[in-house]
Amino acid sequence: MPKRVEEFALHDSSTPVIGSVQKGGNVILTTTDYVFSQARANSLWPLTFGLACCAIEMMSTAASRFDLARFGMEAFRPSPRQADLMIIAGRLSKKMAPVLRQIYDQMPEPKWVISMGACASSGGVYNNYAIVQGADQVVPVDVYVPGCPPSPDALLYGIIKLQEKIKRDRFASKLIELKPRTIEEVSA
Amino acid sequence: MSVDFLKEVAKPVMAGLGITARRLRNKKVTISYPEQRREQYPRTRWRHALTRYDSGLERCIGCSLCAGACPARCIYVEAAPNTDEDRKSPGERYAVRYEINMIRCIFCGFCQEACPTGAIVLRKEFELADYHREDFIYTKEMLLEPIRDEA
Repeated sequence: MPKRVEEFALHDSSTPVIGSVQKGGNVILTTTDYVFSQARANSLWPLTFGLACCAIEMMSTAASRFDLARFGMEAFRPSPRQADLMIIAGRLSKKMAPVLRQIYDQMPEPKWVISMGACASSGGVYNNYAIVQGADQVVPVDVYVPGCPPSPDALLYGIIKLQEKIKRDRFASKLIELKPRTIEEVSA
Repeated sequence: MSVDFLKEVAKPVMAGLGITARRLRNKKVTISYPEQRREQYPRTRWRHALTRYDSGLERCIGCSLCAGACPARCIYVEAAPNTDEDRKSPGERYAVRYEINMIRCIFCGFCQEACPTGAIVLRKEFELADYHREDFIYTKEMLLEPIRDEA
């Protein structure tokens, strides 16, 4: 019986290696996957990176009423070397874009990005020359959270969606079965 | 253990822990979100919905006033004339396509204010986050409320 093959791209867009993962099968690999993904999903350390008014809601999410610490995320890290989640909170201006990209590149793998709010996700009302029309033009975004700004519970919902995505991630299986493929194979 | 130690270390520490002990009696403020929801405020504006009349006809008449009022230009309306055989709305026209780019929308509620028939309303469902930006184009089928069953 053929195993289900699912395509995935390695997360860092600066190293565009695309491989295929064979799902199912190995008990050791799936258990390792489970342990790693649970550990990663439940100890995300976000970067202290507020760009605009969405940062106020992000701070409010970390405060006691919504309490990000319940998800193991209370450690907001000012250094990108210690963070593995970047919440782009606010409009991203074209001057800030290279800075954002550099900070993203400085974060160690594995890393994830949440685009919080209308401005970060698409530009929002600022359809002008100064604002990047969507942060995914600069960094790969995992979860988009709409809203202007998203309320703390809307952001929490986005974080839970990201945790679901991380828990589906198959870390060990990727390491073993990663096979770089050509662009023709991918597009076929 | 000197008197200085008691005075300068132990006493302030006990005073600080006393505040913690007093706060333990207070009501907990944390809302454990996925299990509990806070009550949204009455004027909270989140996900859009296209409403119907009690007869089941759509309220939207495809006038595009919401698209004109939208500061983010995230609404697209395409209208078509109603016919007597296939009547969608009581007006002359109805919306064939009604799309909202939910990721560009700022939930200001101007569309709701501009609507002459009260077709577009902003409800309180805030759980809109998703993985792909293509999924944020909410079509008319997603926005339109189902016909209420008069049973």
